[in-house]
Amino acid sequence: MADADLAVVVDGLVMRYGEKTAVDGLSLGVERASITAVLGPNGAGKTTTLETCEGFRRPQAGSVRVLGLDPVAQRRALLPRIGVMLQGSGAWSGARAMEMLAHVARLHSDPLDVGMLADRLGLHDCGRTPYRRLSGGQQQRLGLAMAIVGRPELVFVDEPTAGMDPQARRTTWELLDELRHDGVTVVLTTHYMDEAERLADRIHIVDHGRLIASGTPLELTRGGESATIRLVVTRPFPPGAPESLRAALGPAIDVQAIDELSLVVTGPADASTLARVSAWCEAQGVLPESLTLGRRTLEDVFLDLTGRELVA
Amino acid sequence: MTAVDPQASGSIAPARTPGSGTFAPRPGSAPLLRQVLAQASMEARLTLRNGEQLLLAVVIPVIVLFGAVEGSHRIGLSLGRADRSPVDVFTPGVLALAVMSTAFTSLAIATGFERRYGVIKRLGASPLPRAGLLAGKALALLLVEALQMVVVGSVGLALGWRPEVSPGALVGAVLTLVVGTFAFASLGLFVAGVLRAEATLAAANLVYLLLLAGGAVVLPTTAYGAVGHVVDWLPSGALGGAARAALLDGHVAVGHLLVLALWAVLGTALTARTFKWE
Repeated sequence: MADADLAVVVDGLVMRYGEKTAVDGLSLGVERASITAVLGPNGAGKTTTLETCEGFRRPQAGSVRVLGLDPVAQRRALLPRIGVMLQGSGAWSGARAMEMLAHVARLHSDPLDVGMLADRLGLHDCGRTPYRRLSGGQQQRLGLAMAIVGRPELVFVDEPTAGMDPQARRTTWELLDELRHDGVTVVLTTHYMDEAERLADRIHIVDHGRLIASGTPLELTRGGESATIRLVVTRPFPPGAPESLRAALGPAIDVQAIDELSLVVTGPADASTLARVSAWCEAQGVLPESLTLGRRTLEDVFLDLTGRELVA
Repeated sequence: MTAVDPQASGSIAPARTPGSGTFAPRPGSAPLLRQVLAQASMEARLTLRNGEQLLLAVVIPVIVLFGAVEGSHRIGLSLGRADRSPVDVFTPGVLALAVMSTAFTSLAIATGFERRYGVIKRLGASPLPRAGLLAGKALALLLVEALQMVVVGSVGLALGWRPEVSPGALVGAVLTLVVGTFAFASLGLFVAGVLRAEATLAAANLVYLLLLAGGAVVLPTTAYGAVGHVVDWLPSGALGGAARAALLDGHVAVGHLLVLALWAVLGTALTARTFKWE
């Protein structure tokens, strides 16, 4: 793919803090109007990479281009076109939530309606609350609102759902989905596997400042040495289901219950195994909701690549 | 790599045509003047809403003015100006003190905490350029100072202040306000740029108290005896002296203004060398 088509091009980026190398020859690209997740454990170099793209830091080696511009040398041309959600606050402690959002809106030529944005992100209840008294999740949502209020072409969101409750996470994911649908490029960092898997068109897995894998969620989770079949049913399995399935499949195949609605079958996942799983379902009178072949979770991928768990 | 897994991403709606949709990109900066006005009004509102800042900006100067005028009546303090009443001598000095509290102490503390809380970083990622941020801050200072002038001036008038009214007085007062604000603001930003927020809070208040007590801002240098000509070289002494020259005697104190300009150059150079935006 030609670089001109990419919204972000990071090429051989190296960033050091004293002795510590935070980013170690990182190269990656971000397609326009897509959601790209930079996934990795804490300290992997995600925030440093993002802040270099935002022009806060100058690359010590390699180069960064955002919307075709140099984020340091062409900062003034770039900034109005991008939205930035920083990790941690970024607001006056005495400013009220909606006052802060309205202030950032006024710096832009054609901002979104702040009332609509507050509705979408559930900020109305705390609109007159000073920033210092907002909950962590409210501060995160306000941070996201400030990042997109100027109708940017590209938003960088650093750990967008850290500290959010499940409801707020879903709202945030829906909003990021809608941004993409409307043609906005979204780059997010996260150490939540489910967030990357649920949202991203493309995932770059970063560890120790290096890119260790890249691909769509499907590409990354397909394959591996032993394949799996994941069976999800509409109603809870009858008691003893894993044992009964194990007996039906024979000793070469392992069956594990994940929860009352899903099972994972690990082994040679060929057509015959699939047929036997289907037959078992029929015999047990369970209705499969999905029968997925060969998908590992991103957790498995990370573990395979690094030998470590990615602990959030 | 355009393949999108619907299950994994949850994206089932087709991509809309560009330009449609709630969030369709339409980026751009507001005109610089509008950004500066927005920044100035935000900063001025935050200052006036903050109890401690308001105390420093208005309450303390008013108390100092009352106290100085009442006290001098009781003890019959001689200010070397037998021709003028104490309130005529003190009001310009307290106006100068008000400028010092806003341009130096309030600005330093506010900027220190803006750095700490990432506000300056956040604004650094917005369309507002640094020059616009500084212009917004300067305008906010002038707005707050205008309010201080009204309050302190009204209290002074109520106490019997007869300010000098002449073109010289007006030019002198405006120059004093502008050059004095510049000098103290550059020094305030210097302190905020090199110290942590808490240290800035302590240092800015301490310097303010020291200058209030011994900096010839409220009391004229004639009250300091032999060290008076040394105190004249302090930014506080120069600010107080220039304010009194304008509002008491109706002339432009070129010497005092030059001293303030020197401090402004020094403060700007120090700030430009040391200030970190984060």
